[in-house]
Amino acid sequence: MKKKKVFNGNNILLLITLVLFIGMYTIGCIVYADKGFTHLQTFLNILITNAALIVVASGMTCVMLTGGIDISVGSLIAMDCMFLAVSMSRWHWGAIPAILVVLLIGIVFGCVQGYLVGYLNIQPFIVSMAGMFFGRGMTAVISTDQLSITQDANRLFYTWANAKIPLPAFLGYTNKKGKVIAPFLRPTVIIALIVLVLVAFMLKKSRFGRSLYAVGGNETASKMMGLNVRRTKLLAYVLSSFLCSIAGILYCLNTMAGSVQQALGFEMDAIASAVIGGTLLTGGVGNVFGSFVGVLINGTIVTIVNSNGKLLSSWANIATAALLCFFIILQSIFAAIKDRSK
Amino acid sequence: MADDVILTMRGIGKTFPGVKALDNAQLTLRKGEIHALMGENGAGKSTLIKVLTGVYSFETGEIHMEGVEGNMINHSTLEAQNHGIATVYQEVNLCPNLSVAENLFIGRQPRTKFRNIDWKTMNRRAKEIMDGLQIECDVTANLENYSIAIQQMVAIARAVDMGAKILILDEPTSSLDDNEVEKLFKLMRDLRSKSVSILFVTHFLEQVYAVCDRITVLRNGSFVGEYPVSEMPRMKLVQAMLGKEVEDLNEIANSEHKEVSDEVVVEAKGISHKGTIKPFDFTIHKGEVIGFTGLLGSGRSEMARCIYGADRTQTGTLKFEGKELNAKNPYDSIQAGMGFLPDDRKADGVIGDLSVRENIILALQAKKGMLHPIPMSKQIEIADKYIKLLEIKTASRETLISQLSGGNQQKAILGRWLATDPKFLILDEPTRGIDIGTKTEIQKLVLKLAGEGMSLVFISSEIEEMLRTCTKLYVLRDGQKVGELDGNDLTQGRVMAVIAGDADKKEEKA
Amino acid sequence: MSRENGLKKFTHSKLFLPLVSLAVVLLVNLIKSPAFFAITVKQGVLYGRLIDVLNRGSEVAILAVGQTLVVAVSAGTDISVGSVMSLSACFTTMLLAGFGVNTTNTIVMPLALGILAGILMGGVCGAMNGALVAKLKIQPMVATLILFNAARAIGLLLNNNQITYIRYEPYKWMGNFLPHVPIPTPIIVAAIVIIVVSLILKKTALGMFIQSVGINSRASRLVGLNSTMLCFLCYVICGLCAGTAGMVASSRIYCSDSASIGLNYEMDSILAVALGGNSLGGGRFNMAGSIIGAYTIQAITTTLLSFGVSTDQAPVVKAIIVIAIVVVQSPVFQDYLENRRNRKASAAKGVA
Repeated sequence: MKKKKVFNGNNILLLITLVLFIGMYTIGCIVYADKGFTHLQTFLNILITNAALIVVASGMTCVMLTGGIDISVGSLIAMDCMFLAVSMSRWHWGAIPAILVVLLIGIVFGCVQGYLVGYLNIQPFIVSMAGMFFGRGMTAVISTDQLSITQDANRLFYTWANAKIPLPAFLGYTNKKGKVIAPFLRPTVIIALIVLVLVAFMLKKSRFGRSLYAVGGNETASKMMGLNVRRTKLLAYVLSSFLCSIAGILYCLNTMAGSVQQALGFEMDAIASAVIGGTLLTGGVGNVFGSFVGVLINGTIVTIVNSNGKLLSSWANIATAALLCFFIILQSIFAAIKDRSK
Repeated sequence: MADDVILTMRGIGKTFPGVKALDNAQLTLRKGEIHALMGENGAGKSTLIKVLTGVYSFETGEIHMEGVEGNMINHSTLEAQNHGIATVYQEVNLCPNLSVAENLFIGRQPRTKFRNIDWKTMNRRAKEIMDGLQIECDVTANLENYSIAIQQMVAIARAVDMGAKILILDEPTSSLDDNEVEKLFKLMRDLRSKSVSILFVTHFLEQVYAVCDRITVLRNGSFVGEYPVSEMPRMKLVQAMLGKEVEDLNEIANSEHKEVSDEVVVEAKGISHKGTIKPFDFTIHKGEVIGFTGLLGSGRSEMARCIYGADRTQTGTLKFEGKELNAKNPYDSIQAGMGFLPDDRKADGVIGDLSVRENIILALQAKKGMLHPIPMSKQIEIADKYIKLLEIKTASRETLISQLSGGNQQKAILGRWLATDPKFLILDEPTRGIDIGTKTEIQKLVLKLAGEGMSLVFISSEIEEMLRTCTKLYVLRDGQKVGELDGNDLTQGRVMAVIAGDADKKEEKA
Repeated sequence: MSRENGLKKFTHSKLFLPLVSLAVVLLVNLIKSPAFFAITVKQGVLYGRLIDVLNRGSEVAILAVGQTLVVAVSAGTDISVGSVMSLSACFTTMLLAGFGVNTTNTIVMPLALGILAGILMGGVCGAMNGALVAKLKIQPMVATLILFNAARAIGLLLNNNQITYIRYEPYKWMGNFLPHVPIPTPIIVAAIVIIVVSLILKKTALGMFIQSVGINSRASRLVGLNSTMLCFLCYVICGLCAGTAGMVASSRIYCSDSASIGLNYEMDSILAVALGGNSLGGGRFNMAGSIIGAYTIQAITTTLLSFGVSTDQAPVVKAIIVIAIVVVQSPVFQDYLENRRNRKASAAKGVA
């Protein structure tokens, strides 16, 4: 029996994403070549700035695969950053203990959210919205002041934050003074990419990863086929919050500060990256490499807006929101076409 | 248990609040046979299966299966699966976003020695399974790319690979075309030869005769009989399901000579709906009562919905009182003067958290539109009128309708449509779940309304009801109109003959 | 006997939860500072902690009205209301001051027109949300998430990336006091919104239709209701409410601070609806409950402030409250309670 050719919307979406990224980056290179857009460092800077987002987007993908959503990620990052800042600057903790506590916070946070969603069947949006406001509030409870982590506060952390991994000089560029500037990466990027690969591996090669896809694809069927749907959902949220904590550490290494206003709107960027990268809101479809490209697109938009000195940074926000809207509508149309062809 | 028997269910009783779903039900399944489970609505087919597979508990009776010690009580579908009983439902319970191979192996994917999934082995074994069942497909393609027919076969393949000795197929052919049905039958015969027992739940008579060995008939939750297919002519089968003996038939001929006017109210030509109804014509005059009869699943409700505009029709035209009516949604039909009482009152009729009064005046209010609210005094008047007329038992008109019994809810929904004063009213199973006394009231009401000039379509599983109220009967089978009976043909015997398809045979009149 | 019945009737009535919650909060305040209920008149206007609550709770009350309808009809929530408030404010100040002007003592167009434009901008946002949810069947939370993020950014752009101050006296009236009127204007505005929407619900069949669609949309369709249009309408109303609230908020501080106006108000409005005894799963709704809930939330915020919990920290408490309510409302929890009650009953019977 031949299989019916169904308009495979999912592959088309991923293709659109890749084309979009390459197209945008090319435009940026052409228009802002004089601002250094064509240098490799520009691309590397996108990676460096968005190391945390890469990790969060991976976690968000996992949660969205189950058909859920987690909008608490931004406030969790803010809370983690504030905790790191306070613990290292005020309480004089070492970097390692502080980091371990932050990871623990993430796991506990994820357990609570996961239990409410998986076992009590409460809408993920409400749960994570409460989580979002809890996190924001907690950040202020820890401290309402803006704190920065100086070299005196914690030497180790400071070193990590400023570490550079140099790349071969021939990949670099010559600046106006005739000096060759070699491109560099930071360790945060390496960590983010390692996390990305690990999550991708888990999604493809582990039973848990496949159960995420199954639950999102057809929850009733998954239950009937013997999967523990409730535990799968719980673990999805634990994973998301845990990865979020890792992202919080990376974010803190980037900003070296804790403040109440940090990571505002981060959840939007994460969701946008995942959706643009081909993750379906309804669940069951998605992959972290697509989300990675989504992050790159997000980063490219911000870079383009920044390169144009006249545009306000708000435009980046609007562009991302518009892109998200476009992709959501696209997903909805594809779903309707698929329904009608049945 | 006899050697060739794999499963016996005896004396099974199951009660839900207010209704006895199963009363001394029984079933015997032999090894390597295809066994049909048949019965009308409320017969208890799905309850019996859910009891067997652990979805429901049961109060009395015993289940014995070969290889299982003592009374087998399954507490969950998983437990039933471990005992070798698997069910494949009409809505395929697989994940459309995963590949065929993955669906076959979810929860039990083969792993490499590093504990990660071995995709190569999984795909290879999947191909072997599908080849073994002679189903051609690319096991790495997503399930959603395949038709329902193939998806069902994948579900069956998974069940068989997991060691199912008893395979329950619940209405598997409802969404299949003839070709696909043939392929499914081929698979079923193949499994039978491998000693798998198949319990085939269906309402398609022809299919039962095409592929089954034995038939068990249930009625009103009780066991009626078990018959080998070769010894069971269609007529006898229909009688067993509907509960009438040929010899006992009282010809309840329509003695009242009904005056049917010449004025055509609704004229529909060539109406069809993809997948459920083949093109049919429908004409009704003022004051006429037409009944749609046939077995469950023959398309009665679907036909009614097409006429009402609840479902999009693919072909055909409809004229209401001579004017072309292109109803894109129920609102258009209601404005023209139609009403529709759906058969599934819980899903399509009752607005649970609204009061009885609100439920009754809802259709009338929708007809008037948002900007013309019915004054409260008038609402009270209308609600009280129908509470009295239909004898709806409710603490007050403000009681939430969800607190009423099923029968009273039904009456309230009926009142809702009567309140709109329609010229044409479709009643789909209006007396289901209602006590005898009120059933008669409703039938009398139908006649009264017809006498006052309303045109009605009356759908019921009880033929005698329809014979008492209808002037004409449309007989449906498998989504098609197969007969139109009126005048002297309106007898139980004649109707059942047309349903059964022995229309050519002239049976003896008692 | 009749007193028992009266009590039972009260506990089961729809207003039980909101009224009890309000009573608890007021009681806590009363214990802490007995002067809580004191109302004085100074310089021709009313003063007092209670007036304060009514005053500052106006925006939330207005938002709660719209949010109630959205929750009822679509079992979803509109999380963009706070950001839409900000956008409306920025739009109005831009129109009144002229684009690029960041502080002005005069206005370039009639005040009424400017305010109307702000309210309508809210309606436009509501329409966009409504189109996504009602027509394209996108989950309400995700659909409104877009404006949640974009609306503030757009507002900032309209204001040319600065805070625009309108130092024109009549502009401040809406958020403060009208001349010679002792009652703070926001209370009056909230009252007007509540009355208008209540009239619409009472004088048309809209209320019943919304509930019908929210409870059983399939049956509603068969009865002839247009679920899509009704759903769309509710989101537009919610947007208009957000626009109105934005006007009040902006008038209070006679400027449009895109980052701060409406911040965290979406949470408050959803909490108000939940606290009002409405199910977040849609269907039957009780507007009065939501409004009581809104003022209760404001009272909670004020109470927390008096205990030293800043507005930045208050969301922690509110998050816990909303989770508590939703957990109690959840079917899983209700089943668990039911089982415990049955077990106790049968145990009692067994012993007896």
